[in-house]
Amino acid sequence: MKVLSSWLHEFLDAPVAPEAIAAAFDDLGTPVEEETRLGEGLDGIVVAEVLALAPHPNADKIQLVQVDAGDGEPLQICCGAFNMAVGDRVPLATLGTTMPGGMHIERRKLRGEWSNGMLCSAREIGLGDDHAGILVLDGGPSLGTPIAEVLGIEPDVLWELEVNPNRPDAMSVAGLARDLAAKVGVGFRLPSPPAVVPAGEPVTWASGGAGGRQGATTSAGTPFAAEIAAPDGCGRFLARVLTGVDPSAPSPGWMQRRLIDLGMRPISALVDISNYVMLELGQPNHPYDLAKVGGATLRVRRARAGESMTTLDDVERALTVDDLLITDGDDVPVGIAGVMGGADCEISAATTDVLLEMAWFDPTTISRTSRRLGLRSEASARFEKGVDPAISELAADRFCQLAAEICGGSAEAVQVDVRATLPARPPVLVRTARVNALLGTDLEPARIAEVLAPIGFSTEPQGPDHLVTIPTWRYDSATEIDVVEEVARHHGYRHIPNRELTEPRSGRLTERQLERRAVRRLLCGLGLAECQPLPFLAPGQLAAAGLDPAGIELVNPLVAEESVLRTALLPGLVAAVAHNHARRQLGVGLWEIGHIFLTPPEGQTLPDEREHLGVALAGREAPAAVEVWQVLAELLRLERPAVVNAQLPGLHPTRAAEVLVAGERVGSVGEVDPAVLDRHDVGERVAILEVDLGALHRAARRSPAYRQISRFPSSDIDLAFEVPDGVSAIEVERTLAGADPLVWAVRLFDVYRGEPVAAGSRSLAYAVRLQAVDRTLTDAEVADARARLIEAATGVHGAVLRG
Amino acid sequence: MIEDIRATTSEAERLVDAASTLDELARVDREVLGKGSALTGFKRQMGGLEPDARREVGAALNEARAALEAAVAARRAALAATAQREQAEAERLDLTEVRAGRDAGHLHLVTQAIEELEDVFVGLGFTVAEGPEVEDDWHNFTALNFGEYHPARDMQDTFFVGLGGDREVVMRTHTSPVQIRVMEEQAPPIYSVMPGRVYRNEATDATHLAVFHQLECLVVDRGITFGHLAGTIDRFTKAYFGPGWTSRLRPSYFPFTEPSAEFDLQRPDGTWLELGGCGMVHPNVLANCGIDPEEFSGFAFGFGLDRLAATRHGVTDLRELASTDIRFLEQF
Repeated sequence: MKVLSSWLHEFLDAPVAPEAIAAAFDDLGTPVEEETRLGEGLDGIVVAEVLALAPHPNADKIQLVQVDAGDGEPLQICCGAFNMAVGDRVPLATLGTTMPGGMHIERRKLRGEWSNGMLCSAREIGLGDDHAGILVLDGGPSLGTPIAEVLGIEPDVLWELEVNPNRPDAMSVAGLARDLAAKVGVGFRLPSPPAVVPAGEPVTWASGGAGGRQGATTSAGTPFAAEIAAPDGCGRFLARVLTGVDPSAPSPGWMQRRLIDLGMRPISALVDISNYVMLELGQPNHPYDLAKVGGATLRVRRARAGESMTTLDDVERALTVDDLLITDGDDVPVGIAGVMGGADCEISAATTDVLLEMAWFDPTTISRTSRRLGLRSEASARFEKGVDPAISELAADRFCQLAAEICGGSAEAVQVDVRATLPARPPVLVRTARVNALLGTDLEPARIAEVLAPIGFSTEPQGPDHLVTIPTWRYDSATEIDVVEEVARHHGYRHIPNRELTEPRSGRLTERQLERRAVRRLLCGLGLAECQPLPFLAPGQLAAAGLDPAGIELVNPLVAEESVLRTALLPGLVAAVAHNHARRQLGVGLWEIGHIFLTPPEGQTLPDEREHLGVALAGREAPAAVEVWQVLAELLRLERPAVVNAQLPGLHPTRAAEVLVAGERVGSVGEVDPAVLDRHDVGERVAILEVDLGALHRAARRSPAYRQISRFPSSDIDLAFEVPDGVSAIEVERTLAGADPLVWAVRLFDVYRGEPVAAGSRSLAYAVRLQAVDRTLTDAEVADARARLIEAATGVHGAVLRG
Repeated sequence: MIEDIRATTSEAERLVDAASTLDELARVDREVLGKGSALTGFKRQMGGLEPDARREVGAALNEARAALEAAVAARRAALAATAQREQAEAERLDLTEVRAGRDAGHLHLVTQAIEELEDVFVGLGFTVAEGPEVEDDWHNFTALNFGEYHPARDMQDTFFVGLGGDREVVMRTHTSPVQIRVMEEQAPPIYSVMPGRVYRNEATDATHLAVFHQLECLVVDRGITFGHLAGTIDRFTKAYFGPGWTSRLRPSYFPFTEPSAEFDLQRPDGTWLELGGCGMVHPNVLANCGIDPEEFSGFAFGFGLDRLAATRHGVTDLRELASTDIRFLEQF
């Protein structure tokens, strides 16, 4: 929402400095996003007359303009616009002027021709966005007159404010002024246009009705009517008639400038007045051409299934039964209520009689329709926050007042005012103790009443507490906590003292979090670099990585290349290696810890989401990744960590294994499938490890118990077995380790394939260290242990001792 | 005979001194002191001498043997020292040529920021909570007091996930759903922070990411006030940024807190950093999690991490954070 200082001051009873206004808006939760000083930098800009136009000898896009700025001396200007004619009066920025945008005007040569100033577009003097040509001034203003005087521009300040959904009142100049006045301690008054009809029953939250139809007749005997056929969607519908409008009358410059400053485009007098009233009072409204409205009747009803209508922007909109329509007396849709009108009944250059709509629509209905249609308008932005249902009459009076002044419209002294369902906003008990308990303050009841009164929250004492009536312009507020926030806001956040937390408590990371950090440190210790690629993949990227192509998809991705949730870290890591490979950065070692997303298990809505660790070692072979796994397993003291050779998707057909802890699968290890690497143009091997960190965390751990170290000499024996390829080396190792209590350590020190070892087997040579804590082993003990080790390997794995 | 012994000894000493290797010295050693040596020969001849002469010759032999042994030892020491010198010379290394085959590894700069922040909050007595990145409507919106058609839903552009019913499953738009999960699972008192990755369906540019990180802080206990919120933000500000920093709160709006605020930090040089949003946990949110809002109150504050992390290293384009280029990663 944008707002002007001058406009705000129409509602304030004392002047407030721009700095104080900006500071107050910051403190009120409507912070200033941008401040523009208007009407400054216009001092050197004066009216000049075009004396002659001539082509620039050296440039096509510039012409030479001779102007007279009132001193009778022709002045040559180089100008890039061609829209003016000899005799036109135009704004001239004279030498030495600093423009509103900061540009300094100096005498200079353009392609060899002198330019002694600059002719200005509307935008260059801060009048809207029109930059198509030089601003040609109407009405023959005197030469040399300052442009500010000609255009009636007074210095002003324009603020663009951020307005949150809980501030419907901040969607109007008057509402902002009310809040501001309360903060800075000046008086606030609404405009008071002459009443067109005698005041009716005042509107409160409790003053709703049943809807239905209401008619009236103009002084000329023309009947008109309004009907609410959807009482839950339209809480109030007020209609008036204006006659005798001069359709050719333009809106005045001051009004056009305010509309432009606040971001709207001047169209015609009636449309401008409509927008002006909306900006000023926050009441969106709609003037229809009375002659085009069938039956001179406006009716609010829900759309029918399958119904559609074409909106002003010439788009046909398919509607649902949730949408609200405005139709005429013949049930022809003339607008989507609160969102956008249709073309048929719009006012035009021929409109003389106007049927004016001032309505209150249900915020949820408008929000839903606007979101579904993707159609946002100034009206919908206000209706969906909640317009003040009590403002309609004042807004109608204001419209009629302006129409009478600007285009001679004469308001009929009758109106229809149909009331239907308004939201329930019963008075709220605001407990003083509760206010102080939530804010950490020590406010007296009187102080609470004092800060609430100027923003329209009227209070009635109830013992130490208050019964608070919510003002009609605060649809957002309904409960005690809403009022507490208003108290805090107007008491001032900065006046609430800081407090320290005193409850005894202890902070610490969980085991899982500590383990994750340990894993990170380990991977760093291995010299690897963490990366965080996006978790979104392109369609086909899973398949390209050799994985099951089915991944959960986003309904509304930003781009198709980021539309599939990853089911593994592998695709991202392969892409990362490929990225580096393409830049001749070979042999990179990367890792990532991140979430992956698998299809939800039966009966569950959310994906099976897991935290994975992925490690990619470019230029390395599979054993390098297995080593990472083994060090990781050691770090976490995993029970019986193992790898079992397997064929796995995305991995090398003969260099891949499942990773297990205590027999449970927790991941995979190996090399990336050469076919996958080919598809990614990676010309080096890539060793890869991917494990489920959650599964690792839950996996069985080795006992942390200490094993006593012997003071006696140990005995070493070497055993080489011929073991079939299907038997994992780690299993043999583990069998040996468990075969005799004297075994202290087992280490695989040699693997050999080839003669004389039978094909399909290999020789695995283990060094076994035997040890007793209480004695030196005798030769007989060592021999016994050796026999048991051989027996175990032979018995469990079919291993054959080599001679 | 004494003369012969002296001559032999002197010749032997010459041989010892002439030995140029340890092997040669060992051979000379055997030659001049071993069983077949001339000295041993003299000793055998002693039997035929008169007692006086025998005593004299014996003394001369002992003297000669001792001298020769000393000469051999000295020569051995000299040769060993030479050999070690030569060995050392042969294996000379220029240590300035060494380059580590691997470096200390690299934590992503966002991870570093998260760990540092976690440490600060752990020091302030908080635990760290986590939750899923794909969320249901209840945890991401409804339980946080976002009405189904509340305009506030538009404040957070949402990625919808093709699971469940229409708009039922989303990429979490903030870390606040973890607050709900914590409050659903744990009775007050709650003193927790929730770091994590969040998603917004917004076009990315140098200062906006669709995938980024937040950290939220949640306190629910008896007697928690807005003053505690402001005090805790200030305490955190000084702990993480430094003692010269201060903080302020300005009114704002979030559906899940009321009163709500933005919080800004003031650097020691007086400039401001707009960091995040905060407020008192809305009573509806407490009630949605089965916590009685009349008995307990709470506050929450949260902020984005990526800009903080990037600014520290002068990374001006936030999109770099998703880069997998080793030239980027190895700088942190």
